[in-house]
Amino acid sequence: MLEKMIFGRYIPGDSFIHRLDARAKLIFVFLFIAVVFIANNWITYGILVAFTFLIIRMSKIRLYFLINGLKPVVILIIFTFLLHLFFTREGAVIFEWKFIKIYEEGLRQGIFISIRFFVLVILTSILTLTTTPISITDALETLLNPLKKWKLPVHELALMMSISLRFIPTLMDETDKIMKAQMARGSDMTTGSMKERVNAIVPLLIPLFVSAFKRAEDLATAMEVRGYKGGEGRTRYRKLEWAAKDTIIILSLVVLAAVLVYFRS
Amino acid sequence: MDITLQQVSYAYAKNTPFEKRALFDVDLHIPSGSYQAIIGHTGSGKSTVLQHLNALLKPTDGSIQIGDVEVSAGKKNKQLRKVRQKVGIVFQFPEHQLFDETVLKDIMFGPMNFGVPEQEAKRRAIELVSLLGLPDEVLEKSPFDLSGGQMRRVAIAGVLAMNPEVLVLDEPTAGLDPKGRKEIMDLFYRLHKEKGLTTILVTHSMEDAARYADRIAIMHDGKCVLAGTPQEIFSDEGRLMDFRLELPQSMKFQKKVEQMMGKKLPALCLTEEMLAEELARFLKKEREL
Repeated sequence: MLEKMIFGRYIPGDSFIHRLDARAKLIFVFLFIAVVFIANNWITYGILVAFTFLIIRMSKIRLYFLINGLKPVVILIIFTFLLHLFFTREGAVIFEWKFIKIYEEGLRQGIFISIRFFVLVILTSILTLTTTPISITDALETLLNPLKKWKLPVHELALMMSISLRFIPTLMDETDKIMKAQMARGSDMTTGSMKERVNAIVPLLIPLFVSAFKRAEDLATAMEVRGYKGGEGRTRYRKLEWAAKDTIIILSLVVLAAVLVYFRS
Repeated sequence: MDITLQQVSYAYAKNTPFEKRALFDVDLHIPSGSYQAIIGHTGSGKSTVLQHLNALLKPTDGSIQIGDVEVSAGKKNKQLRKVRQKVGIVFQFPEHQLFDETVLKDIMFGPMNFGVPEQEAKRRAIELVSLLGLPDEVLEKSPFDLSGGQMRRVAIAGVLAMNPEVLVLDEPTAGLDPKGRKEIMDLFYRLHKEKGLTTILVTHSMEDAARYADRIAIMHDGKCVLAGTPQEIFSDEGRLMDFRLELPQSMKFQKKVEQMMGKKLPALCLTEEMLAEELARFLKKEREL
C-alpha cells in the first residue's frame, strides 16, 4: 500500500543526473524555483515543461513510476487549479451555469499554476530520487557552512536531517507491519464512516509512536557508545567533488532563464 | 478449515523499479486440524506465504482457497473480514501491536471488531489471561507497563480472543527465554490438540518443527521445495543442506551415536525424549545379547 510512495526515496542508478555533485543538484533546484517564476505565457510555460521532460529523460527514471508516485500531490494540484478556476474574475466569461462562472483568465491562471506546481514537484522528486540522502545532507552541510560564523548549528541540523530521512523507509515498513497486524485483528482502515476510520487510526498511531521513541532512544545510545560528540574536528569519509558537468548543469539553468526572459510577455 | 494454495506467485512493489518477486508458483495444501510447519532460511518467502493465509496480501498470480472463500489475483473479495476472523495470525514480535489503555481492552479489541458482544469479549479476555499464565492484576494495567515476555503473552491472547479456527504463528517465541518458549509452544500444541485448531507454524527452529508439527513444508528462494511428514523431511540430511537447513539437535545426536556404535536405531527420533527412550531400549537390548 505504501510501497508506491516515492518521497525521500532513492533509486540507485548511473545516469548523468545520478552522477552530478549533490551540491550542484541542490543549487540547481533552488535556482530553478526562482526561474520558474519568470514564465508567464504559453510559450515560456511550454519551454519549462520541455526542460523538465529533458531532465526526466536524463535521470532515466521511468515516467510512469514518477507520475504514479506523485499521485498524492496531484490532489493538491487539482485543488489549487479549481481554486484559481472559480475565484479568478478577469477576462471573458467562457462558461456559465447557474451561479458558477468561469473566466478565461481563471482557466489560464489555473493551468499555469498547476504547471508551475507540477514541474517544481517533479524536479525536487528527481533530486531525492537520484541522490542518496547522505549526499544531500553532506551537500547541505557544506553549502550552509559559512553560516557557522553566525552560530548556526549546521552540523547538528544536517545530522537531524539525515537521521529523519534515514528513518522514513523504516517507519513506513513499521506502519505497514502494524497496519497488517491490526487488520488481522479485524480493524478496518479503508471502509466505514469518517468517524470509524479516524478511530481505526488510533491502534496504528500509538504503537508507531511507541516504537519510534524506542528507536530514537536506541539510536542515541548507540551513537554515544561509539563516541559521537558532535561535528567539532570530525573528518569525512565521503568527499564531494565538483566537476565540469556540475558547472554545465548550473549554466544550463542560466541559459534557460535567459530564454524565458526573452520569450516572456 | 482447509487452506489450499494453488500456483501462488507474489511480487512486492509490482510495476516500480523496486519490484521484487517473493513467491514463485507455490502449491501447498493444509488440511483442517493439522499442525503444519513452514521452515526455511531467512528471505525464503515464509513470511510472505503467511500473509497470504488471511488475505493480507493477495497473490499477483494464482489463487488461495481458505475454507469456502477463494482469494485470487486481481479479484475483489467482500468476504475478507470473514476470513480474517477465522484465521488468526500471531505476527513476529506481536507485542508491537499493543495500543490500548489496559490489557483487558487490548485483548477485547479483536473480538469486538468482529462484532462479539462486550460481555463475551470480556469473558474471553479474563479466561485467556489465566490460560497464558498471567496474573489477573495485569488486566487493568497498561500493556506498556508489562515486561517483554508478558507483553508477548497479552498480544497472543489478543489473537486467541477472536476464537480463530486456524492459528498462524510467525516465530512466536523469538526473543523469549527458554522456559517461556517452551511454555508458549506447549500451550499452542495443547490448543491444537484440545480444540482441533489448525495450526501453521512459521519457524527457523528445526527442533520446534520436528517436535510439534505433523507436516512440514520447506521454502527456499520463494518456492515450496519440499513437503511431507517430519520423518520424510528429516530423513535426508544432504537435501536439507541444499536448502541451507540443518537437522534438529536430537537427530544430530542420534547420527553421532549411530556412527559410534556402527548400528542404526530403529526410528528417526524427532525429540530428545524420544531419543532417550530409543537409546535406553537399544542399550538394554545390547546388554541382553
